[in-house]
Amino acid sequence: MKDVAQLDLDTLIACPKCDALYRVGVVNKGDQGRCERCHTRLFTRRRDAGLVIIATAFASTVLVIAALFLPFIEIRRLGFSNAATIVDAALAFYGGPLFALSLAVLALIIALPLARLVLTIYTLTPLVLDRKPWPGAKRAFRFSEAMRPWSMAEIFVVGCAVSLIKLTDLARVEIGPAFWMFVAVVVLMAVQNVVMCRWSVWKALDR
Amino acid sequence: MTVTAREKGLVACRECARVWPADHTHCSVCGNTIRSRDTQSLQKVWAWWIAGVLAYIPANLYPMLKTRTLFQTSEDTIIAGALELASHGSWSVAIIILIASVAIPLGKFFAIAYLALAVRSGATWPPGRQYILYEVVEYIGRWSMIDVFVVAILCSLVQLNVAASITPGIAALTFALSVIFTMLSAQSLDPRLIWDRIETKDTKDPV
Repeated sequence: MKDVAQLDLDTLIACPKCDALYRVGVVNKGDQGRCERCHTRLFTRRRDAGLVIIATAFASTVLVIAALFLPFIEIRRLGFSNAATIVDAALAFYGGPLFALSLAVLALIIALPLARLVLTIYTLTPLVLDRKPWPGAKRAFRFSEAMRPWSMAEIFVVGCAVSLIKLTDLARVEIGPAFWMFVAVVVLMAVQNVVMCRWSVWKALDR
Repeated sequence: MTVTAREKGLVACRECARVWPADHTHCSVCGNTIRSRDTQSLQKVWAWWIAGVLAYIPANLYPMLKTRTLFQTSEDTIIAGALELASHGSWSVAIIILIASVAIPLGKFFAIAYLALAVRSGATWPPGRQYILYEVVEYIGRWSMIDVFVVAILCSLVQLNVAASITPGIAALTFALSVIFTMLSAQSLDPRLIWDRIETKDTKDPV
């Protein structure tokens, strides 16, 4: 009897935003489900979603790590010049009472985006290869999802653009390679976001 | 019309969208803590909200940036800095900064307060529109961080010996705290509470 009830619950899905309850039938590739009353995306089954996510996550990881050590903006004024890397920007508040802010910025623009990428690869690789999930995969994925709003790489990129315009009055400004790498990362992460279906991942992790 | 998980005596997991019998406190699929409604939601919302408002006050009173060029030094608060940019003709940047650092934070405070009051005692807006407001607040809140990143970039970059240098002011810290507290406030609001009004028929949607 208990088993029957369990089986039954298996086919139900509740909207995480408004608690509306739906029965899901067979979900085919390319199907998309939205909540009828709040229009939250409940699931999206895209062809090769896992592969696309792993590929973009891997590319992003390489780009972020490489971008750390390259200058993203260089300025010149009156014969003095200075180039800053992303780590420099994160550590701008280092020393003094603003030290905590340095740590926060470091986390928001480097540590958390990078952690999310690595955890995503860790969670999805075995699933795409049709193997058993690696140990701790559930915890990894839950953490990665919880950190989603705190991963602010794209906001940092727009911040760079704003700084560029602010600086043009003061000095000659040149954009470095790391800036474009970060722009690429933002685009890749956006693709990942569209393709990722949380519901399918949990379903696969639970097998 | 719409049936909710709670009406069916079930409790939904907000992480993986699975449902369980009402006595479950943990989701067996993803391990998340589950409850039908977060009854302490509003308390948490208001606690973070007050912290966010309090941190926002010094963020506007104290300087965000200290700029030193060859012949002058200046200390700018958020609003003064934006006005100065505008007076130099950089209208677009001034507007971006005013929107990201003044309009969005203030708008968020009002929006969250409105939603929290609406959940508690009802409101003229139908739940559908309240929920859109909630989504906008959730989505846009992170973008206020842009000003902190701009300060970080400027401070790391503009270190040109005697030619020009920029150092951060204490407002950068309190502004970042305000953004973080407000994000936590918005995250504490259980969006399912917004929709419960329909179930309990306290308010009717105007046709």
